[in-house]
Amino acid sequence: MDWVNVILQGVLVGGLYAMFAAGLSLIFGVMRLVNIAHGDLIVLAAYLALVTTETLGIGPLASLLIVVPLMAAIGYALQRLVLNRTLGEDLLPPLLVTFGLSVIIQNGLLAVFTADSRKLQAGDFEVSTIRLFEGVYVGLLPLLQFVVAIAVIAALQFIFYRTALGRAFRATADSQAVAQLMGLDNRHVFALAMALSLAVVAIAGVFLAVRANFDPAIGPARLIFGFEAVIIGGLGNLWGTFAGGIVLGVAQAIGAHIDPGWQLLAGHIAFLIILAVRPEGLFPKVRT
Amino acid sequence: MKVRVAFASRSSQIGMALFAIALVALAAAPFWGGRDDLQLLSEIYAYVALASLWNLLAGYAGLVSIGQQAYVGLGAYLLFAFAIIARISPLLAIPLAGIIAAVVAVPVAGLVFRLRGHYFAIGTWIVAEVFRLLASQLSILGGGSGISLPAPLVIAIAPGREMRDFLEYWIALALVVAILALIVLLLRSRYGLALKAIRDSELAATCNGIDVLRTKVLVYIVTACATAMVGALIFLQRLRVSPDAAFSVNDWTAFVIFITVIGGIGRIEGPIIGTIAFFALRQTLADLGTIYLLMLGLVAILVMLLAPKGIWGLIVERFGWQVFPLERTVFVDDRSRALAGKPAHGR
Amino acid sequence: MSEGPLLVVRDLDAFYGDFQALFGLSIEVAAGEAVAVIGANGAGKSTLLKTIAGLLRARRDAIVFAGDNIGGRPAYAIAAHGIALVPEGRGLFPSLSVEENLLIGGQLRRPGPWSLQRIYELFPALAERRNLPSTALSGGQQQMVAIGRGLMANPKLLLCDEISLGLAPIIVRDIYARLPAILAEGVSLVLVEQDIVQALKATQRVYCLQEGRVALAGAAKDLTREAIAAAYFGV
Repeated sequence: MDWVNVILQGVLVGGLYAMFAAGLSLIFGVMRLVNIAHGDLIVLAAYLALVTTETLGIGPLASLLIVVPLMAAIGYALQRLVLNRTLGEDLLPPLLVTFGLSVIIQNGLLAVFTADSRKLQAGDFEVSTIRLFEGVYVGLLPLLQFVVAIAVIAALQFIFYRTALGRAFRATADSQAVAQLMGLDNRHVFALAMALSLAVVAIAGVFLAVRANFDPAIGPARLIFGFEAVIIGGLGNLWGTFAGGIVLGVAQAIGAHIDPGWQLLAGHIAFLIILAVRPEGLFPKVRT
Repeated sequence: MKVRVAFASRSSQIGMALFAIALVALAAAPFWGGRDDLQLLSEIYAYVALASLWNLLAGYAGLVSIGQQAYVGLGAYLLFAFAIIARISPLLAIPLAGIIAAVVAVPVAGLVFRLRGHYFAIGTWIVAEVFRLLASQLSILGGGSGISLPAPLVIAIAPGREMRDFLEYWIALALVVAILALIVLLLRSRYGLALKAIRDSELAATCNGIDVLRTKVLVYIVTACATAMVGALIFLQRLRVSPDAAFSVNDWTAFVIFITVIGGIGRIEGPIIGTIAFFALRQTLADLGTIYLLMLGLVAILVMLLAPKGIWGLIVERFGWQVFPLERTVFVDDRSRALAGKPAHGR
Repeated sequence: MSEGPLLVVRDLDAFYGDFQALFGLSIEVAAGEAVAVIGANGAGKSTLLKTIAGLLRARRDAIVFAGDNIGGRPAYAIAAHGIALVPEGRGLFPSLSVEENLLIGGQLRRPGPWSLQRIYELFPALAERRNLPSTALSGGQQQMVAIGRGLMANPKLLLCDEISLGLAPIIVRDIYARLPAILAEGVSLVLVEQDIVQALKATQRVYCLQEGRVALAGAAKDLTREAIAAAYFGV
């Protein structure tokens, strides 16, 4: 039963990792950009949630109403003003600019909030558990987070495959020139994609903030988890990314159970094994 | 019809002369400088070396790695392992660390080369993280808190602290000069031409018979070896190693990237200029702590957006100078009539 | 009725980097007209269409559409003005199905007679295959999707770049047979073609380009084979 609990915890945290990964995957799919600052933006969202809950006296879930639109707006502006200029054949500019962004966000947060660990309080909800069956308990918060992750991925799938916006994303990713002929302004389409990505980041950030202690330096690790989930799951497939997050979460949980110091290492090793034996990922989307 | 390729130009002849003079002055530093000066200079050499190597990897071979700290730390830990566990002289351990790092780089390349572009970059970062985590598990080398080089081993390096400082300084200088020489020679060779071709168009390069993968792997391994030696020396001078210090992304990747970007990617002179600019900034701004790092990030972004060729890139565009003789000019017949017009810019 | 021609291209130069492809080109298209632009490979026909559509930069007053100087505007703005380009090689979006390709053509929601329903009436073969990936169709059907996608924008002017390319003659005839229906709805046409026969049958006027310049212009029925051959090949 012990192992069942361990794996269950891993599956649930995998949902969070999938949310880290979803935004990353979206951006790469639409504009072939990997945002090195992605993890730091998740942490930024966490701090925004902190400020919102403290100044307005509302709960973390309510803070989503403010943090999500705010991060979306930041994403739009960031893409439109800075990142659109880096897109092109050369991969150095976007990589270096987002790397610089990562440093700026981390140190900006450090300057404003100091390196102290913070956490969002969600009250009793945080520690409630429900009993699934004999000997197996699952926390309500991780369960909620898992359900939200499913909802987020489902929503992204819906947007991508059943809306005009999603068509615009896919068309622009296929051919920027022909998409322009349809009347689509690439700069605007890319900015909307980044806005959507950061909206997801905002949700992930709020859940991160409630779940565990956070400080300005934990961003890069979240980027790595998201990235590993994408690679394990397979490029171009959001549900695959979800599965990748779960695989990663379970690997980490098993590693942690053997020895707490092995948690991160176990995840990395799972990633490297997949990279070695099945580099296209577990559920890659086959492109025509 | 005889064809000859010349590398030197008038500016490079002047540049090399100035460079030689500077080298002599720097080699004599132990006699005109104090302990602090030697330490600062050693740090500068380390960064010139690391930035030049990163530049070779990213600017020439197109392999953008944000995980070179893996080899800095590997070199450092190998040195401490050789010294503490195998009782090998630290000075001998430096080249040994390089060789082992080269061997380690082979399977690592096998893994990370399955990723391309941005994904390759993050993959290298993950490898560095794995190295860091493994190092923290090594209780024999201090685990998470690290370990210091035992006094007897330190004393055994050279008689007297002054002698030791001088020796380590000269080794640092020799190492950076050797690395620069290695890079210049590499770029002047067939491999250098192959790298240029690969950078312009991988497909065209392949069609011309260049084994793109092999060339890239070779550059990756050579870079890993040299980076590890620099790492070994850095931590030998610090007398102490810890996982967070040895595998620090900030110290060994962020700063290195900033240096290379600001100085000018894809040109040998770039990292040297960049290091000078970086240290000048540091001397003036370091008191500001996190604001300093923030500004560094901002400067890097601005440079990348507005002047992507860096300081040296701007100079080359304006004046066409080169310090190191690298631009190939083709001369036909014995008459010194250059066949190619301006040297191709953008490296 | 509006005064003057729908499209005036006046003294147009076009460049690919340092390479000049068009030299002071001038053509006109009246409302409701079908005009053919023919010429050998490299004559500049595609370049002309791309420049009108905004994919290549032009001088501000070099292109006048419905009285507006549209030269130099970005392609998405020109599409909003009512010019649709059916690109060379179709340019269908592989990630989108047939119907999605058509729908994205109507992204701008310009008012007009063309709708998904109307396109399926014009090209019944597409209705049967609406949910297939666009790349799963035959060449001729893909061309129909590309044309339909252009029409979904309810353009005043439809630019067609070599719609006969790579298609069997019988398929080409089939597609050209739909053009009158398109013209009847008030859409003006510019047809760039290497297949001269079909182009001359379907249009009222012809321009023949040679090395980026107009070598011959006139009513389709007035031009002789000899004159066309001479202009085409620059003899």
